[in-house]
Amino acid sequence: MKSLAELQAIRDRAKAGINLRKENPNAAKVLVGMATCGIAAGARPVLNAFTEEIAKRGLTDDIVVTQTGCIGICQFEPVVEIEIPGEEKVTYVKMTPEKAVKVVNDHLVNRNVVTEYTIGAAD
Amino acid sequence: MRELSLNVMDVAQNSVRAEAKLVYITVTESDRDDSLSITISDDGCGMTQEQVSQVIDPFFTTRTTRKVGLGVPLFKLSAEQTGGSFSIESSVGVGTTTKASYVKSHVDMTPLGDINSTVEILIRCNPDIDFVFTHSTDTASFTLDTRELREVLGDVSLDTPDVLDWIHQYLIEQTQIIYGGAN
Repeated sequence: MKSLAELQAIRDRAKAGINLRKENPNAAKVLVGMATCGIAAGARPVLNAFTEEIAKRGLTDDIVVTQTGCIGICQFEPVVEIEIPGEEKVTYVKMTPEKAVKVVNDHLVNRNVVTEYTIGAAD
Repeated sequence: MRELSLNVMDVAQNSVRAEAKLVYITVTESDRDDSLSITISDDGCGMTQEQVSQVIDPFFTTRTTRKVGLGVPLFKLSAEQTGGSFSIESSVGVGTTTKASYVKSHVDMTPLGDINSTVEILIRCNPDIDFVFTHSTDTASFTLDTRELREVLGDVSLDTPDVLDWIHQYLIEQTQIIYGGAN
């Protein structure tokens, strides 16, 4: 059973470690469109795939996954925007959990944009 | 929406945009009464009576990126198509409460789906908002109150990976218990 004592241990570990995670100015951002259009198109499994893959690779300090609203291109949902400081924003469209894994590996880790998933390729 | 849990994620987003500090999500299931109800209640900025009557209209939205707002209309439809009911109560400066009630056995009932995933994502993406999630069945009930977690965690954020993992496991365990041990 999960207990509050366990949570206390997590707190102590977190405090002992790097607690500057929030302020990491160089963290990359993964913004998943989670308005009605995005959710209906399957954004939730895409967001979960990003968080799982990023956790698996131990990159939770370097990459922040969060949700954003509708950016007005509902026909392309699920839409994911990747923001890496100092680089141009990349917008991926019609995302799936499988594509999310590839974007983590190719784009976020190896810095190669997966051109075929971007909005430019879909137009 | 394929799952009611997705409607919840969508409508809870309105609470986030209304700058709520505390959001209650309550799911009450009863096989005995053949019912399921979902209540989302927040302490956000609230709406005027005029706005309340407008939100059920798909062509009303406060956003500017597009001209339709389907979140509330879809949630309402999901309930009414089962012979259930839907209501929104709101007052400016106090908050908004949205309630959808379903007839569980109706052929047009949408499955609840992965409500735990919805709660986890809401906490992950809004670590500064408090959520109180209560899920009950005929036999049992549990509550996850992030205010209690925060008390233990001190200044360690709720979106710390280990904390999110704890929440994930806790929700799985508690859900198995209220569904009678088997899930």
